[in-house]
Amino acid sequence: MQDAVLTKFLLRHPSVLVFLGMLAVFTIAVTILSEGFGMGIVSTSLVKTLGKTLCLALAAIAMDLVWGYCGILSLGHFAFFGLGGYMIGMWLMYARTELIVLKANAASALPLTPQELSDAVGVQIFGVVGGSEFPVIWAFSDSLLLQLLLVVLVPGILALVFGWLAFRSRVTGVYLSILTQAMTLALALYLFQNDSGLRGNNGLSGLQNLPGLEETSQADVSLWFFWGSAFALGFCYVIAKLIVESKLGNVIRAIRDDESRVRFLGYNVEGYKLFVFVITALMAAIAGAIYYPQAGIINPAELAPIASIYLAVWVAIGGRGRLYGAVIGAIFVSLLSSFFTGGQIPNIPLGFYTIQWVDWWLVLLGLSFVLATLYAPKGLGGLVDKFKKA
Amino acid sequence: MSSLLNVNGISVSFDGFKAINDLSFEIGENELRAIIGPNGAGKSTFMDIVTGKTRPDAGDVVWGEKNLSLIKKSESDIARLGIGRKFQRPTVFEDQTVEDNLMMALRNDRTPFAVLFYTFSNDDKQKVVELAESIGLSEEIGRTAGELSHGQKQWLEIGMLLAQEPRLLLVDEPAAGMTKQERNKTVELLKEMAKHHAVVVVEHDMEFIRDLDCKVTVLHEGSVLAEGSLEQVIENQDVIDVYLGR
Ligand SMILES: Nc1ncnc2c1ncn2[C@@H]1O[C@H](COP(=O)(O)OP(=O)(O)O)[C@@H](O)[C@H]1O
Ligand SMILES: [Mg+2]
Repeated sequence: MQDAVLTKFLLRHPSVLVFLGMLAVFTIAVTILSEGFGMGIVSTSLVKTLGKTLCLALAAIAMDLVWGYCGILSLGHFAFFGLGGYMIGMWLMYARTELIVLKANAASALPLTPQELSDAVGVQIFGVVGGSEFPVIWAFSDSLLLQLLLVVLVPGILALVFGWLAFRSRVTGVYLSILTQAMTLALALYLFQNDSGLRGNNGLSGLQNLPGLEETSQADVSLWFFWGSAFALGFCYVIAKLIVESKLGNVIRAIRDDESRVRFLGYNVEGYKLFVFVITALMAAIAGAIYYPQAGIINPAELAPIASIYLAVWVAIGGRGRLYGAVIGAIFVSLLSSFFTGGQIPNIPLGFYTIQWVDWWLVLLGLSFVLATLYAPKGLGGLVDKFKKA
Repeated sequence: MSSLLNVNGISVSFDGFKAINDLSFEIGENELRAIIGPNGAGKSTFMDIVTGKTRPDAGDVVWGEKNLSLIKKSESDIARLGIGRKFQRPTVFEDQTVEDNLMMALRNDRTPFAVLFYTFSNDDKQKVVELAESIGLSEEIGRTAGELSHGQKQWLEIGMLLAQEPRLLLVDEPAAGMTKQERNKTVELLKEMAKHHAVVVVEHDMEFIRDLDCKVTVLHEGSVLAEGSLEQVIENQDVIDVYLGR
């Protein structure tokens, strides 16, 4: 029964199959070319970059759903992304440090008492911020399962409470954007504090090392996460497509275009907005939880409001209201960005002034955002539409 | 006669300006009623209050057999209770097809999860086809609403109202900007609707009101100036003074 529904859905929307097919081909190609599995043409660090890019594409899908389809220009979805990263990072850091401490003490005659172990791990983790006690928020950090649960619970509950308060008061448009940005900023500033319990501006690091798998090379680990990223992207793409092609998709687009009219049709608009806000926050959180183990480090700067603005820029450049547009935008812009800011392009000395791409890239990006908004509201995705029609 | 909607002494002011002033109004089951009155008389504001968009400063709005007060209810709750509304300026979802516009309006469970897992059944498809037929948009069913003419949008909005299967329809200036032919068709549509629903029509156009051939309420400065048949009303001296005389 379930299968029949899915089959019918896929037949009705062949673009999903095209997307999944391209994603699969890409994943297999990278795997074959990788160091960990195949020919070694694609370096481990490039595998990580590509895996991270897929996670960003997933965050962009979430952004498209909430903004492109439902009209809520959230500048907070990268905060949910970051929180997802922090939640998985806590387990990674705790479990690995514990193993290191245990190993260091393996030779000593007396085994450590639980208290001594906890203290020793605490010193390792919180020494940089002058502490050694475990803050309460680390209560579950020794359990992978519980921390995984927190990956969805913490951002999910934050989105639920924030969304409920904001939508219930009927804050909309630019005011809502500002409110979400304030939430993001507050969260980042909180995390910057040394006594936030999450190591202040040091953030969490060493996340690329999986506890208990020290012997496994990064070439292999990077592939696992790359596959995980591809799977999460494909899975959430299908979920997002199911949502936008359902009647709920009709309703949220109607809310985007004229929310008061939707109310007079008898729909509780606030409930719909909350639903989409929370679902997309969860998608962003899952993306973040797969992203940061590939990045290896997360710190509060990652959650700064600018990151959420980038997310909106990607979706705008890729084309709003068409899920693949968000994916194209995220991949295109973020890869281009690492190209420009990674020093691959030589700076241009003009004698009186040198064009530094690290700075000028932002100007280019801003300019293309403005141009896309003004002259190509369909973004890069609009090109695909033309191609489809032809 | 038992009334369907009972509005008792409502008042509302905007920045000290009394847009509605101690207004009382009553309408029965399956009644057709026209409301006329000069611009700014408070006709649209009256509809805003009944549909929950605006909260009155005083008075009460009572609905149905159970005498439910609508004052503290949200727009969506009131809509689900059976009051549908057509706005002065046509508001349909221009980005979506005529079919989708009607499908969304159909009277079905409106909770997010039910809507997410909704399947457009043959029954519902049939209903949409019939609705499209009744508003004369059978040919346009697959077109995007934004491509429709002004008059067609007005009808689509009326169709969406009907799809909700409300007991009371509030229709704000349905004939505004319509050609003569379109207007006649709209009159027919409204009369047809009034067979099974209570319908309140706000309109400026006297000829249109005459064609509707129903009881008329004249609003002026936020309260009822006169009520009765069109003939009675246009002979009323107060009405002549403030409205027709100008
Ligand atoms: N939200 C509002 N804020 C301030 N004034 C309003 C508001 N809504 C209506 N009014 C004023 O109330 C009066 C009645 O308006 P309205 O009900 O739209 O009249 P009409 O009978 O032409 O539909 C007008 O003077 C209008 O300017
Ligand atoms: Mg009006």
